[in-house]
Amino acid sequence: MRRIYLDYAATTPTHPLVLKAMLPWFTDGFGNPASIHSFGQEAKGAIEEAREKVARLIGAKSEEIVFTSSGTEADNFAIKGVAYAKEHKGKHIITTAIEHHAVIEPCKFLEKRGFKVTYLPVDKDGLVDPRHVKKAITDETILISVMHANNEIGTIEPIKEIARIANDRGICFHTDAVQTVGHLPVDVDELKVDLVSISAHKFCGPKGVGALYIRKGTKIVPFMHGGEQEHGRRASTQNVPGIVGFGKACELAQKEMGQEKVRLQTLRDKLISGILDRIDDVRLNGHPTQRLPNNVNISLEFVEGESMLLNLDLVGIAASTGSACSSSVLEASHVLLALGLPHELAHSSLRLTLGQETTEKDIDYVLEKLPQIVKKLRVMSPLYKPGKK
Amino acid sequence: MKSRKDLWSLYSEKVMEHFQNPRNVGEMQSPDGIGHAGNPVCGDIMELYIKVKDDIIIDAKFKTFGCGAAIATSSILTEMVKGKTIEEAMKISNKAVAEALDGLPPIKMHCSVLAEEALGLAIEDYLAKSKRK
Repeated sequence: MRRIYLDYAATTPTHPLVLKAMLPWFTDGFGNPASIHSFGQEAKGAIEEAREKVARLIGAKSEEIVFTSSGTEADNFAIKGVAYAKEHKGKHIITTAIEHHAVIEPCKFLEKRGFKVTYLPVDKDGLVDPRHVKKAITDETILISVMHANNEIGTIEPIKEIARIANDRGICFHTDAVQTVGHLPVDVDELKVDLVSISAHKFCGPKGVGALYIRKGTKIVPFMHGGEQEHGRRASTQNVPGIVGFGKACELAQKEMGQEKVRLQTLRDKLISGILDRIDDVRLNGHPTQRLPNNVNISLEFVEGESMLLNLDLVGIAASTGSACSSSVLEASHVLLALGLPHELAHSSLRLTLGQETTEKDIDYVLEKLPQIVKKLRVMSPLYKPGKK
Repeated sequence: MKSRKDLWSLYSEKVMEHFQNPRNVGEMQSPDGIGHAGNPVCGDIMELYIKVKDDIIIDAKFKTFGCGAAIATSSILTEMVKGKTIEEAMKISNKAVAEALDGLPPIKMHCSVLAEEALGLAIEDYLAKSKRK
């Protein structure tokens, strides 16, 4: 059966050139980068080269890049690291209601330990209002964290404006850029951000490796304690093959990003308008234009998300949903609820995220299959009363 | 990769079979009992209709908004109640529904509870209506 992967926001396949770059570092180049001998120094050279590539992609200096095991770790590092480094100055953090769990959960953890966290609301398209950020700042505020683009609905946040507000008040600014780095241009100096979370597997790098950009001079407590790796900021022997693959993915992204963005945007818009044309009672979630080039998130009224995913999977299409039924906590997506969507519509959401293997034929296939599936499920739905709307 | 997927599968074959080919879908003309269970917050809504003659459930239909497990439990429930007396049907537990589907993942057991609830409510509705007659 034909299989079409439309869940690139969850993860991407490792690029063949990335894999090729990684392989020697499992075998011949197995040395520990902390070792003095040539085996170690070769591995050290490889990770420093990768560090330069990551830094180049976001306009940073290599010494400002700390490798982590994931985007989640980078987020945890940023939030807890700054909170602990600055708690003597104040215990207030500002973030948003639509952050990834990797930001929200560390914030909740800190709340239990005496910190105060403001979760800013978003508008119906998922945008954070910079004026709300300004209003939320108190003398106690030590950190502001706003994601660059949302992983579920694809809305791109005005982080340049928000970072400026933080800068003016001398407050540290973090952005979770896991969904944008490698896909959209991110320049740390242009955006004036202090901390940026990055994940390799979201742009054809390997899983198990990420990075936190830490602007020179930013006060932050080390994430792990042990050896002196990563300038003492993150102890633990580095994942050399993973880091090399990450570097290669950055190098490829830098070359291909511009063209790929345009190609994906065209396919995305074809998919969105195709669905809206073919199916009634559909709502596009997220901002209509200020959104990731590969993200489609829609609510198909009267139909529950997991039953849609299963039906799509049966015809070979891999997608995702914000419905509670597909989560292990049985709660609808906090992002969709933050947009003001009623629970029924949050449960009816479908996310299709495109990537480098996606073709126009794939989009046509989805546009052929999805209306049939929705029709079948609506006949079954007690919420669907045809003609009554 | 194919063989791996068979090992991994979220639902039993029976659940997938009922999910793909649900029995007795739709509304019923003048049912003798209706049971609504679930709510939009949890994401599952089940409507069960029953037709009763001489104390025996002669027909059952359903409409469900919900996940694969919710659709499969509704479908198999309609099969299980048909031909049963009211008393027998009242004894159908959520466990029996789940077992009839060769089991449900632990996190989906609440779907079988929903099915039991819908059935209980449909019977209650029938009993209330028949008293009034």
